Amino acid sequence: MQTPAPFEYERATSVEGAIASLERLGSDARVIAGGHSLLPMMKLRLANPEHLIDINDLHELSYIRDEGGEIAIGALTRHVELLDSPLLAAWFPVFREAEEVIADPVVRNRGTMGGSLCQADAAEDLSAVAAAVKAKVVIRSSSGTRTISMGEFHVGPYMTAVGEGEMVTEVRIPKRPGGGSAHEKVERRAGDFAIAAVSAAVWIDGGTIADAGIGLSAVGPITIELTRAEELLRGQRPSEELFAQAGAIASEDCAPSSDGRGPADYKRHLAGALTKRALRRATARALHQEA
Amino acid sequence: MSAIEEERPIGFGRLKRKEDARFIRGKGKYLDDITLPGMLHGAILRSPYAHAKILSIDTSEALAHPNVAAVITAKDLETLGLAWMPTISYDTQSVLAGDKVRFQGQEVAFVIATDEYSARDALQLIDVDYDPLPVVVNARRALDEDAPLIRDDKEGQTDNLASPTWEAGDEEATERVFAEADTVVTRDIMYPRCHPSPLETCGMIADFNPKTGQLDIYNGNQAPHVHRTVYAHVAGLPEHMIRIMCNDIGGGFGNKVPVYPGYVCTIAASIVAGVPVKWIEDRTEHLTSTGFARDYIMHSSICSKDGRITGLKVDVIADHGAFDSTAQPTKFPAGFFHICTGSYDLEAAHVKVKAVYTNKAPGGVAYRCSFRITEAVYLVERMVHALAMEMGVDEIDLRMGSFIGPEQFPYETTTGWTYDSGNYAETMKVAMDIAGYEDLRREQVEKRGRGELMGIGVSFFTEGVGAGPRKHMDILGLSMNDGADLRVHPSGKAVVSLSAQTQGQGHETTFAQIVAEELGIPPEDVEVRHGDTDRSPYGLGTYGSRSTPVSGAAVAVVSRKVRDRARLIAAQMLETRPEDLAWEKGRWYVKGDPEQGALIADIAHRAYSGEALPAGIEGGLDAQVIYDPPNLTYPYGAYIAVVDVDPETAHVKVRRFIAVDDCGVRINPMIVDGQIHGGLAEGIGIALMEVITFDEEGNCLNSSFMDYQIPTALECPEFELGETVTPCPHHPLGAKGVGESPNVGSPPAIVNAVIDALHESHGVTHVDMPCSPARVWAAMQGRPEPPQ
Amino acid sequence: MNVTITINGEPVTRDVEPRLLLVHFIRETPGLTGTHWGCDTSNCGACVVLMDGKPLKSCTTLAVMCEGHEITTVEALEVDGELDPVQQGFHEKHALQCGFCTPGMLMTSRALLDENPDPSDLEIRTAISGQICRCTGYQNIVAAVRWAADHEATTRQEA
Repeated sequence: MQTPAPFEYERATSVEGAIASLERLGSDARVIAGGHSLLPMMKLRLANPEHLIDINDLHELSYIRDEGGEIAIGALTRHVELLDSPLLAAWFPVFREAEEVIADPVVRNRGTMGGSLCQADAAEDLSAVAAAVKAKVVIRSSSGTRTISMGEFHVGPYMTAVGEGEMVTEVRIPKRPGGGSAHEKVERRAGDFAIAAVSAAVWIDGGTIADAGIGLSAVGPITIELTRAEELLRGQRPSEELFAQAGAIASEDCAPSSDGRGPADYKRHLAGALTKRALRRATARALHQEA
Repeated sequence: MSAIEEERPIGFGRLKRKEDARFIRGKGKYLDDITLPGMLHGAILRSPYAHAKILSIDTSEALAHPNVAAVITAKDLETLGLAWMPTISYDTQSVLAGDKVRFQGQEVAFVIATDEYSARDALQLIDVDYDPLPVVVNARRALDEDAPLIRDDKEGQTDNLASPTWEAGDEEATERVFAEADTVVTRDIMYPRCHPSPLETCGMIADFNPKTGQLDIYNGNQAPHVHRTVYAHVAGLPEHMIRIMCNDIGGGFGNKVPVYPGYVCTIAASIVAGVPVKWIEDRTEHLTSTGFARDYIMHSSICSKDGRITGLKVDVIADHGAFDSTAQPTKFPAGFFHICTGSYDLEAAHVKVKAVYTNKAPGGVAYRCSFRITEAVYLVERMVHALAMEMGVDEIDLRMGSFIGPEQFPYETTTGWTYDSGNYAETMKVAMDIAGYEDLRREQVEKRGRGELMGIGVSFFTEGVGAGPRKHMDILGLSMNDGADLRVHPSGKAVVSLSAQTQGQGHETTFAQIVAEELGIPPEDVEVRHGDTDRSPYGLGTYGSRSTPVSGAAVAVVSRKVRDRARLIAAQMLETRPEDLAWEKGRWYVKGDPEQGALIADIAHRAYSGEALPAGIEGGLDAQVIYDPPNLTYPYGAYIAVVDVDPETAHVKVRRFIAVDDCGVRINPMIVDGQIHGGLAEGIGIALMEVITFDEEGNCLNSSFMDYQIPTALECPEFELGETVTPCPHHPLGAKGVGESPNVGSPPAIVNAVIDALHESHGVTHVDMPCSPARVWAAMQGRPEPPQ
Repeated sequence: MNVTITINGEPVTRDVEPRLLLVHFIRETPGLTGTHWGCDTSNCGACVVLMDGKPLKSCTTLAVMCEGHEITTVEALEVDGELDPVQQGFHEKHALQCGFCTPGMLMTSRALLDENPDPSDLEIRTAISGQICRCTGYQNIVAAVRWAADHEATTRQEA
């Protein structure tokens, strides 16, 4: 089997301690939680950090909480916990749907919310989910916390706004009435990354769409927030025609590259088809027409 | 049969496996489980380039690593005469590249260190200076005027032709049949490169004892005796001082037949270092350098007259990679591909196969291919479906009207095969019944009306296994006979040693069952010995589904020899003549006085005792046999696949798979079913997702399990199996063998189903594997492309 | 660095490099070669063990990360000479051929039944969907887990 290059290892005993180590060690250090993105890259020697800071003991970062106006998810929350959460299932079923098709059940025991977002792989589903539900990311440093939107968080392929000496600690999702959400993914095989995937959330008030969130996976250098389609949807009554228009925008606004999963034209097509499907089901849920 | 007998049959039946005991406890002994005192670990430095001159190799930094014992390059091997080795196809292959590298992943240096992590670290310290050369990875372009010459190491080689064109059938007769045909259909059909990928990768422990000259080798390989002979030849070592022990193997599927450069390096390292050396490749090495499968580019036409299939012609370009290392009998350089006339009573056929070199890993014959029969059956079953579409008839009806009839067996095909036995229509009907074929067609029409795309695809294969008769079949000049030794101990328990080499097929159980069937010794009292060249008779190993047809026959024949000897002893014990005795399982008894008998255990005891023995019996109860099969055996089957294609995303799901196999007599139906399940899953993989592709620079794009995708439990339906039993007339047990049939028969059924789903709605008439969502979508847009 | 990992109830202490993968730590422990490896990219699951009762791909975990946790391997399934029902089920239903994926499949099956004593076929297939078997086509593995579930239900009833 391929094996990583040598490195130093320490186990964080507190969030402050982890952040202090990150500050001290700078870009030579990486945080490791589930490790199921980082360790494979290290085994292939595509990533060679000199220091690993293991944050798996920071149980204070593992939670899914109803905080009144928002749901707060700790960065160390595992995929399986997001999958099984009744709170998320009630408010944002898009999480459960996405988790059912993220990696495989064994990997889901270890991979985390924070780790997935920080990996910033455009093909990774949770980032699209977070974008669709208008999640905000809480980043902590020794000088305090700052909270940014998903759009501000993902800055480039495999690049986030997390700076040196900083760590993602939490994701916060606003709770609003009249919401429905869904995730659609096409993959070559169970457990694979998406060829294309779409997360959609809508909030319906008095028969019209008050707000919409659409995130596209794997069809651009980073997760794409389909803002143009979201603007189109706001204020409109939901209809098949409207979903089709949103789908057309998805096909136009995405920027897929051809690779082993498929050529760019097919991915564009999928972006459109899956946007329609996700909106259709999200709307049905918002209108309580679907189980 | 009583309930207890059914649970634990003495002979054929659904006997649970003896070998399970260690595996379910995690006590299997696979290669990486073995540690020897003083053992060092090897790692291979491989070329990142597909084609490049090697200007220099600087190993000094690696040698300076404190845990590194040695670094071997081509120069070192040259002094041992080991830099090049012969392949099973009479080509030569670089063990470590010296002049240039010819495929990405080719072996360039071998490091030995105290542990595996250090060995891999040391690879990064070796500095190789490459001068890249132009690359050719597309077999169609390998013979272009301006294609780079890959095998400039071969004297007189001026192009990338790997061997002269192989022809079978009658070109003239075929042209006449086509001229008279009502319907002619032509297709370009590719069988893309895929990979057997057993779960355990390849590796070896070599332990050369400089004091005694004994070379002990631990290695998972499917043909240990052949390997021993090759090493004796290649390394100049005395063959009687080489011992190969295979222990438990984590899957083979044809991938563990070739002799790999890593093996020769490991042996050389042990000889040079004087200590045991272990080398095990990682998965990327496995996918990029070991024996791949298929890679056949086929251009074919098929024709019919008066509703019957009458003729077939095929032109093949076979991509062998940078070295011709395929395994097949010497007289059959294209393997058994010319069995592509299939299950049909054709009037004429003509086959041409041209083999080329490309800058890709060597191989081609593997992955349950029955020596290219997977390619042959894929071709003919796809062509039959295409013909049916063109003729506007149901593909089963076309087959039924064109089958070889049961009365025509033994049947000589127009390309030189003699099929042993078959009743094809009966098997096809069983499959149709299980599938509910008429209902499926009705459902398809109804669904199409709603825009739902469902497809039904059929494949009816006949294949030939159990190579083979000594007058026709040898590998590297070693005839394809297999031996069996049977020894019954004084207590009546027995040991049978055989040449076959299991990689999971259940030999420890099934061969004991054969002895049980023939002699009445319970299977738990029969020890099956294999996998150790010192303790088993010479034979050509396990691949090409030959265990049952060849080794199984050998075990039956040797058991009968023992039984005949037992008869002579029993006659003396019972004070009568041998011809007055009759046999029932487990005992000889006096005809007309059945109370008077002798149990086999008692006969064995007598054989070793001091009591008088009959003339012709020297003592002991044992026999030896080398079995020369009179012919191949010809299992066949009817497969039906039902798929659903998502009209928007083009994602294909195999909803149902019906497989009715006729492999003659079944020794252990439970094991037969298991073999079929596994092969069908592989067929789904090949049809939908497994492929090895390269970019223009020769970079392998599927070099890990992230991109070489193997079906999970979620891609496989609940397989629906059926059987018919048409015994083989020339096999002592009437058995034919089945290991490769499911892989042979399933891909065309699935692809035919995909086309069937999209023909009416989208006009699709052809798509190449793998039928991934992207590739199926392109076909739906009218732009099907073969993979590169 | 020094690390102590509890494997099958026994503490195992060794001085290791931080980069040592858990699968290698386990396999280098005497008598524990039942846990296998088969790929480089965490796809095949031949390395699956249980950590605190939950399936874990031991090739994608560092040994040093497992201090303070309980690792269970296939060798722990048989207790006092009695096979675990999942082991018995695999044997009854011919759910193994070459045996290489078997330890990982057994551990995942055991964990599944501990959490869900009556899984559907789809739940079984989903539970093992992160692990590859090349030999069996999965069908008999599903049947084996089903057998073990039924057997345990009967045993519970009789208790």
